[in-house]
Parts: sequence; structure tokens; C-alpha cells
Amino acid sequence: MNISALTIQQIREGLAQKRFSAIELTQEAFAFAKAENAKTNAYLTFSDDRALASAAIVDAKLAAGEDPGALAGVPVGVKDVIVTKGVRTTCGSKILETYVPPYNATAVERLEAAGGVIIGKTNCDEFAMGSSNENSAFGPVRNPVALDRVPGGSSGGSAAIVAQGTAVVSLGSDTGGSIRQPASFCGCVGVTPTYGRVSRYGLVAFASSLDHIGPFARNVSDAATLLRAIAGRDTRDATSAAHPVQDYAVSMQQPLKGLKVGIPKEYFNGLASDTGDNIHNGIETLRKQGVEVIDISMPHTDYAIEAYYIICTAEVSANLSRFDGVRYTRRSERSDSLINMYRRSRGEGFGAEAKRRIMLGAYVLSHGYYDAYYLKAQRVRSLITRDFAQAFEKVDAIIAPVSPFPAFKLGEKVDDPLQMYLSDIYTITGSLSGVPCMSVPCGATKDGLPVGMQILTKHFAEDTMFRIAHQYELNRI
Amino acid sequence: MKLTDEQVRYVAGLANLTLTDGEVHRYAHDLSDILSHMDKLNELDTTGVEPMTQVLYDAEETATLRADEVVPSLSNADALANAPVSGGGYFKVPKVIER
Repeated sequence: MNISALTIQQIREGLAQKRFSAIELTQEAFAFAKAENAKTNAYLTFSDDRALASAAIVDAKLAAGEDPGALAGVPVGVKDVIVTKGVRTTCGSKILETYVPPYNATAVERLEAAGGVIIGKTNCDEFAMGSSNENSAFGPVRNPVALDRVPGGSSGGSAAIVAQGTAVVSLGSDTGGSIRQPASFCGCVGVTPTYGRVSRYGLVAFASSLDHIGPFARNVSDAATLLRAIAGRDTRDATSAAHPVQDYAVSMQQPLKGLKVGIPKEYFNGLASDTGDNIHNGIETLRKQGVEVIDISMPHTDYAIEAYYIICTAEVSANLSRFDGVRYTRRSERSDSLINMYRRSRGEGFGAEAKRRIMLGAYVLSHGYYDAYYLKAQRVRSLITRDFAQAFEKVDAIIAPVSPFPAFKLGEKVDDPLQMYLSDIYTITGSLSGVPCMSVPCGATKDGLPVGMQILTKHFAEDTMFRIAHQYELNRI
Repeated sequence: MKLTDEQVRYVAGLANLTLTDGEVHRYAHDLSDILSHMDKLNELDTTGVEPMTQVLYDAEETATLRADEVVPSLSNADALANAPVSGGGYFKVPKVIER
């Protein structure tokens, strides 16, 4: 078997026809992943015992003639901000270097209940804060497409393992583009579902009004299968939605004729030229499928980055206050008083970007600045969300680039945080409004670097989003 | 917006972070840069616009609360397992009360 190109469907057939067992597949996945990891640093922890136990359950169910689940035997990687009982979960941070969670995230529970086999935890920017994966305390991930380039961030490891083929699918988290941007940089599918579609119970909180869990895959169908397995109401996350989970596999078979998509002009300013060319080709492919393409305007797009970095850092400063050297984090050896324990444990444990965002958040929330920054940003967030509502009165979906440029070189932007923030320009609006959005591979630049096309639909219209993505994938040149 | 080192130290205190002098200078520069950029929001008139605190906050789908019932939780040993210092079933911290 060629493990690096396997699909969920092929695994299902291979297991049913007894061409391989789940245990054999898992062992092969480990051998390949461990060898490849020397190149990319995409995995932080391998979970051999847990994976083999999951695979044994799948094999036993198959032997007994029972349904082994929608993800039976599928090798999965999980971003290291999502907790796994008994398997170290670092959040890419020194402060949690030895943290072993006593419980599982709901998404983890559900994917294992569906027969998924977690082979390891993937590298990411510290607490998911970053756009290049260079903020990990355990070293950057290298892009498997071009090893001198970043895989994107913050879910760089989860994108890289799917692109290199050491896992079939993976879970990432997206707060401002952390699934879609690395998917576009590595050339795989990455999905940020509607806010509340997937329970965040067990996702270490970064910015709670913006955090999402979502899948990476090598094709649209596999991403939809993984999302369906983990989506739905969870009483342990009060923000998880009770909206029924659609059968995406059925809806994505429908042809596109009759659909309308909007092209917002604000998303095509300042785009690298060959990125733009690829997106325009993608739009032409949709047009040939009978999609009506309409030019639209989303006038508040240009204010999204500023609003986002105020809201997200404010929430960061609150959420990261739980890392205090008492319950689960490293404690400074210089903890001679309670206040010094807090301050030194945090000062020594957090990396540069985490501290920068905590500081920015504490500042914008501080006395005298709350109205000028935080409240103002929340009002602008309403305006950006209104842009989406108005657009979706006219169109079924919005098509845009994911990133203004393809994967950049390691070290290229690391000293300029503002430039790094500005690279999130096209993904942040979807995050602020909470609509479902995804990146689907859409050609490559002259240098062979992947380009991602973004598809956004209205809240809970994942069925339409997957339908467009799947039909595009079938028909792209 | 230009932040002084003194303001950075004040904010670090609010955030309970020890910073080195080098970090203080660096963040004074970075935060000034980023905050100047954020002033762009003042171009927008947001009079009468409601602040958005949560996605779909009023939607039926997300307005569901679970029943308030007691369910099993972590054991004391599990809860303490990751603590850097614990003892007697408690988290231990440096002495807070002087005799």
C-alpha cells in the first residue's frame, strides 16, 4: 500500500477486503511518520500504545462483523492544543512541556469512537498564536513541499503531516486563519466550520469568541467525513450548536448549476500576481460548471485585522491567566513569594509572541482604554458580520484567496510581528463573523508553491461549501 | 500611540509577567507600532452599532443550556497529577500569610 496517498474510502475497502489489518496499517504509518519527521518536525509526540489499542478495537469489530465506524483504521494527527488523555499536550509551549491531560477533548473522543487511530500530536505555534509555526517552543515545522519554507500557522504540523502523507487526515484549530492558511501553504484541504459546529471542550482556549476545531485532508470528501464525525452538540461546551449535522457526502454530489458566488473586490488588492492568476482560474472553473459569478463589495474588510488583533489579544490575556505555576504549568525555581511565583513562572514559561499578545490584550482592556479599543473593535466586528449577511442575501457563497502570497521562507517575517499579522488579512473576516470557510488547493505558483482558494458560506451551510469544493476538485484542470 | 518603558512595566504588572529590560524595550517598540496601526478603526463611525461579543449569541441553536445535574468529575489524584508541588490532597504554593 502507498500510505502517503491513501484516502478514507481506500482504507475502508482495504480493511473490508482484508488486504491489510488496522494494526498493519498503523504500524506502517508509524514507520513512515517517524522517518519523515526528521525532515519536517511536524509531530511533537507519537502515541504508539494508544494508536495500536485503537487499531486492535477496529480489527476486533471487523472480525466480529460489526461496523467499525466512519473513520475505521484511519491514521489521524491531532494538533497539540487539543487535549488527549494520557498523551502529553504541550500547546507548543515550554510552560506545558510536561503536561499530561487527565481527560480527552470531545473531538478526540468522537473521532476515536468512529474508529480513527491517533498516531501523534502535531507541532504548532505556541498556544496557536502565529502564522508560520515559527513560534513553537519546540522548533519550527518545515513545509514538506519546500523544506526551506514555513508550512503556515498556527496548525503547521497538522497541515504538513497530511501534505507529506504521514497521516490521512488531522485536526487543527483556527482562530484567525490557522487551518486555512497552512492548508493553502502545504497544498491540502483545510476546513474552519461554523462557530459552534464542533465542540471546543478540551481545546486549550486562546480566544474563546473566535476559536474553532476543524479538519485537514488531502481531498474534500475526507475532510467532510472527519467533520461529520466530530460535529454536533456537546453539553460540555455551552457554545456548541444544536443545529443538525448534514450528510455532506450526499449533498456534495449535486452539480453546481444554479448556484451564485460572490467575488468581493476588497479581497483582490495587494495579491501576489501568480496567486491572483490561480484564483481567477479557479473562478473560471466554477463558471464552467454553471455557477453564476457576481462582483460584490464587503466594505469593512479593510478594518478586520485591527479589530481582530484587539479582540483576540484581549481574550488571550484573560485565557492565559490560568497558566500560573500552580495547577498544571511549570513553576519557576525562583518562586520565593506567591506573586513572584506567578510572575516568574509566566515570564520564564511563555515565549515572545505569547507575551506580546498577553501584553497587548492587558493594555487594550486596561482602565481608560477599554472603550477606545475593545468596545470599538467589537462594534467593528458587528459591521464586518453585517457585510457577510448582506452578501449572502445575494449569493450562496463567497470565493476569495486564502493568503495574499504563498509559503514564505523560514525567518523571512519572524522579526516583524506587524507584517506577520497583516498576512492574515483574507482569513480573519470569516473568523470574526463565524461563518464556515475552507481552503481548497487551487494550482501552484511558477515556483511550484501551492495556492489555496477560499470558499465561505452562511452559518451552518457547510453542505453548500463542501458541494462547491468537491465539484471544483473534480473539475479543476 | 507611543508607549514608554514605564507603561510597559505597568502593563506587565497587570498581566503578572516578569520581563527582562531587553523585553521591555522590545515590547515598547512592538506595541507602539501595533497600536498605531489599530488607530485606523477610528476612521469608522460606529455610533449606534451594537458591540458583537459572541457569534450567533441570540440564535436558537446556541442558546441551549444543559440541565444542572451532578456528574462524575476528575478525581483528586487526577486533578493534582500535573501540579508542580502538591501534598495532602492540595495544590501547594509559597506561604501567603505571615504570622
